[in-house]
Amino acid sequence: MPTVAFAGIDVTINDEGFFVDPDQWRSDMAPEIARQAGIVALTDRHWQVIEFMRREYAEKGTGPTVRALGKASGVGVKELYQLFPKGPAKVAAKIAGIPKPRGCI
Amino acid sequence: MGHHIVVLGGGTGGTIAANRLRRELPADVAITVVDRDDDHVYQPGLLFLPFGLTGGQDLVRPRGRQLHGGIGFRDSAVDHVDIEGRTVSLEDGGVLSYDVLVVASGARLVPEDTDGLTGPGWLERVFTFYDLAGATALRDALARFDGGHLVVNVVDMPIKCPVAPLEFCFLADWYFRERGIRDRVRLTYVTPLDAAFTKPVAARTLAGLLADKGVELVTEFNTGTVDGAAGQLVSFDDRRVDFDLAVVVPAHGGASYVDRSDGLGDPLGFVPTDRHTLRSTVRPEIFVIGDAAAIPTSKAGSVTHFEGEVLTRNVMRHLAGQPLDASFDGHTNCFIESGFGKALLIDFNYDTEPLPGHFPTRAGLPLLAESRLNHLGKLMFAWLYWHVLLPGRDLPGVPTAMPTAGKHIPAPTP
Repeated sequence: MPTVAFAGIDVTINDEGFFVDPDQWRSDMAPEIARQAGIVALTDRHWQVIEFMRREYAEKGTGPTVRALGKASGVGVKELYQLFPKGPAKVAAKIAGIPKPRGCI
Repeated sequence: MGHHIVVLGGGTGGTIAANRLRRELPADVAITVVDRDDDHVYQPGLLFLPFGLTGGQDLVRPRGRQLHGGIGFRDSAVDHVDIEGRTVSLEDGGVLSYDVLVVASGARLVPEDTDGLTGPGWLERVFTFYDLAGATALRDALARFDGGHLVVNVVDMPIKCPVAPLEFCFLADWYFRERGIRDRVRLTYVTPLDAAFTKPVAARTLAGLLADKGVELVTEFNTGTVDGAAGQLVSFDDRRVDFDLAVVVPAHGGASYVDRSDGLGDPLGFVPTDRHTLRSTVRPEIFVIGDAAAIPTSKAGSVTHFEGEVLTRNVMRHLAGQPLDASFDGHTNCFIESGFGKALLIDFNYDTEPLPGHFPTRAGLPLLAESRLNHLGKLMFAWLYWHVLLPGRDLPGVPTAMPTAGKHIPAPTP
């Protein structure tokens, strides 16, 4: 699996660009990952979602879907798409350094 | 002194759980099943109803009649569960105390969660086949449909029976060919997933089938608005798909009482559950079976059937103060109707995706390939459902744990 450097530290990502080991993530990596995903600057609202993703992953072992994010993160679905235009659940998971949300099967 | 087990929901999971528990437990353990109505719907039949392949009345039987003797049936909706006080408050004013609670209340359609879905055009040019009323109305609309763009749209995951919308596409292709108007009908499948299905090997096979049947595929479409008046699906990122007739699978949530019960459910109303023991992670005396559980399986009757054995064993072990059996492997087994009297079969679990081969052994039904035998299997399943699954018996030759004998399992990558 590829290794890339964020904030000067090497991390392992999978072919789709998601962190393999969420413990390798540090908050100062987030702005750099975000820029690669086309998000120029992270606002407080972005951070609210990123931190929620980290907490959910720590508790449940998978990131939430968009609808669960909209119900529980304090940021509604429409705003989530404004913040993370290419798909909030996936993009926010990438920036938060957690694996791709499983969604469901 | 006897215990009281309360089972919330008299559908597939609740009926299986109650019947299996009744058979195993002594008579001084009381079992009560609660449901808001007495109509047990054979949900797999809803797929066939819009195409006139089954009648609506054939799909419904009384819930209470599917329960063994010695099981109480309470016909009332649930207001809420007090997980601290171990009581269930019913809408008819009654209160049930429990020693063990089995949550089996399934998944609920929440079309109102999507802007416009139940607005203008609902049940006129926008339908669902995921409940009896919708499937019946859709049958009449399909019979009237004589050409145009039919769009099948999944709003969000999770949904019950994730292959059903694909089956609907396959059957629609067959149906319009039979009517001789297939050349006047454009079919499109619009999904929030990044492929036709969640699992890679099966997704390739199923995408190939869609292409063979001339069904267009639109992926990563997160439906924000269904505009029935304009005939348009609009995604949150402002992509648009026009339709003349939309068959929409609405978003799903857990039963509404879960939302009213402090500490019981997750934000979508499903109950956080250990995926191997089927005990909830919210309270040790609360167990969960079927679609109500927030576990990474398909929401499907086969899963619920396979869960039945482990759930029953673990409720008994809990009552006896013994450690639980963590053996549920996520086993799922689905026939996928592909039209023209054929079907595919997929069989998988938490760790193994649907693979080609044969089920349950090399001499069995073909996996991930179309065959008439699988179609007959699907039809026979209706009988097995009422007479084997619901009474809580094992399916002959079909083990609870996923069999590997007939599967083409690739060598592990180094």
